[in-house]
Amino acid sequence: MARRSLSLFKALTKTTTSFSLTPIPISRSVTYMPRPGDGTPRSVTLIPGDGIGPLVTNAVEQVMQAMHAPLYFEKYEVHGDMNRIPAEVIESIKKNKVCLKGGLRTPVGGGVSSLNVSLRKELDLYASLVNCFNLPGLPTRHENVDIVVIRENTEGEYAGLEHEVVPGVVESLKVITKFCSERIAKYAFEYAYLNNRKTVTAVHKANIMKLADGLFLESCREVAKKYPSIKYTEIIVDNCCMQLVSKPEQFDVMVTPNLYGNLVANTAAGIAGGTGVMPGGNVGADYAVFEQGASAGNVGKEKMVERKKANPVALLLSSAMMLRHLQFPSFADRLETAVKRVISEGKCRTKDLGGDSTTQEVVDAVIAHLD
Amino acid sequence: MALMQVLRRVLGGSCSTQISSTARAFSSAPAPIKATLFPGDGIGPEIAVSVKQVFQAAEVPIEWEEHYVGDQIDPRTQSFLTWESLESVRRNRVGLKGPMATPVGKGHRSLNLTLRKELNLYANVRPCYSLPGYKTRYDNVDLVTIRENTEGEYSGLEHQVVRGVVESLKIITRQASLRVAEYAFHFAKTHGRERVSAIHKANIMQKTDGLFLKCCREVAEKYPEITYEEVVIDNCCMMLVKNPALFDVLVMPNLYGDIISDLCAGLVGGLGLTASCNIGEAGIALAEAVHGSAPDIAGKNMANPTALLLSAVTMLRHLELYDKAERIQDAILNTIAEGKYRTADLGGSSSTTDFTKAICGHL
Repeated sequence: MARRSLSLFKALTKTTTSFSLTPIPISRSVTYMPRPGDGTPRSVTLIPGDGIGPLVTNAVEQVMQAMHAPLYFEKYEVHGDMNRIPAEVIESIKKNKVCLKGGLRTPVGGGVSSLNVSLRKELDLYASLVNCFNLPGLPTRHENVDIVVIRENTEGEYAGLEHEVVPGVVESLKVITKFCSERIAKYAFEYAYLNNRKTVTAVHKANIMKLADGLFLESCREVAKKYPSIKYTEIIVDNCCMQLVSKPEQFDVMVTPNLYGNLVANTAAGIAGGTGVMPGGNVGADYAVFEQGASAGNVGKEKMVERKKANPVALLLSSAMMLRHLQFPSFADRLETAVKRVISEGKCRTKDLGGDSTTQEVVDAVIAHLD
Repeated sequence: MALMQVLRRVLGGSCSTQISSTARAFSSAPAPIKATLFPGDGIGPEIAVSVKQVFQAAEVPIEWEEHYVGDQIDPRTQSFLTWESLESVRRNRVGLKGPMATPVGKGHRSLNLTLRKELNLYANVRPCYSLPGYKTRYDNVDLVTIRENTEGEYSGLEHQVVRGVVESLKIITRQASLRVAEYAFHFAKTHGRERVSAIHKANIMQKTDGLFLKCCREVAEKYPEITYEEVVIDNCCMMLVKNPALFDVLVMPNLYGDIISDLCAGLVGGLGLTASCNIGEAGIALAEAVHGSAPDIAGKNMANPTALLLSAVTMLRHLELYDKAERIQDAILNTIAEGKYRTADLGGSSSTTDFTKAICGHL
């Protein structure tokens, strides 16, 4: 089931060239046969977060309510200046297994580590996924971009191991393990297989970091052997970024260590329309946290929060991913279709997409376009 | 002499001899400035000839000392580059380097690494601007990336802790960070730039990138006329591809610099059009073409010499031969803009020699 709906989603995102003229199909001949009881509302943990977080998560709440989606939110206030994620929030996510979250502010140089990162570590959400694609009707510099960046989320440069060796000399450890490299590679290939993707590209800097990135590549190569139908390629991270800004259509699924994934995902998001529209999430063996795809920790500028003009599209599309993850495929389709219609109509867009709408105006438009 | 004071402040007291010798070179104008030239491999020699011709046509007072990469390892440098070659750069303090292909094999250092270590090339400077008339998806790019080149993620310190667990060290020192920040602000000031952006990931790497930022802030205070800002690397990537005109001068640690400078090269048309210059201790400047040696088209008179020419222009600016630099740069840009003579990589069919002649004609 999951495979079918995901590939359908891909088919939907692929219809980029023939926008506005042909309506995006929403009905299909093969329907989803739920198990008895699958319509029981599910509880989902909701973390509105800081800055624009409450604005965009509220957008999702409104749309879910308008759709009568079979889920209800358990809302928890978490803020970036807390020392750690409160235990009850972790408990809630562990119980619900699914969470929707706005960005948490990370204080720079305040000696407090990023809660966005610590949540991923605590729940062992080892894979971060960002889907960067052209939205029909939204003009960008590049066309035919449809890239999925799968990023290792728990180790690498984000290990958080730093110390001052002597005054004026600081060391930071990048840790790469076989275990984590293998499981992210497996997830990337599994994702490609389940979504009918053709190529997986490993991004690295093994010419310089021979051991660390070398281990990552070695793990990817081993896993690649088990998926002969999927093409496996490797690219050095600097060349990757250069290729992204010149020929992004060559990329399909990308698998990366932690930091490179952060950069690659943001670059890919930028060329396809901006971080305000790219969905994504973090997933581990047991739990999934859905958030804005690229720049998930971005809480926006104060002016944007005051004027209530944050773009809710990324989180709305992420919630569609969440609905599909919860096995509510037709709700996911409806939400996605409505969002895409609003974008392709072009009447209601936030500032980052060249419009001047408020978050609420976009939400109202999406609700009006729901079938 | 205000210039000497600036230089002295920037480079520290250790290089006063260098300053006086540069000053001497200027005062006795007819005496040519000596510069080391590494034509390099593959297409290197062809594009180096092109540079020599253009410089001759523009009457640049430079005398080239040509050095080739040897076919044997020099034990003094553990590399195919000889001690004499390195000495030549040290003596002349300026050099131009074509693409070099490091031979595969063990027991020697890569050529670029040898140059970087031996000459202490601590900053890599790459001006990136849209070439008028050569259409890419991005217009109005006009920025300069300055990359710390000696430490950071590329320290080369790695080890296996236990089986299946590898550690790689990123080293950030106050000394190297201050040095590159100083250079960035000095560059901004002398090149009429208004803003310096420090690129970092200090929200995650609070101590290492935090130290880098702290050093940048300290230097920024000494340059109140230049606007200073800090941008997180992932946001920087996104902003660059959405609106590259937002940036002016960018200063960053090693890995970020590697990625961002190549990304920016992609914005304006690739490594074949990107100038690059390495700045070392004691005022050494080694300009270089950062593209590969393209052995497939070597000797076919097809190579595009633009990157090496533009790099040579940055070298002239470093020597403060500003009017020559402007003249040559304008000639290159006009030739490309005119579109009559372009090499194959830019969609034309001109040979290297015709392209070079056209540039000389535009001087």
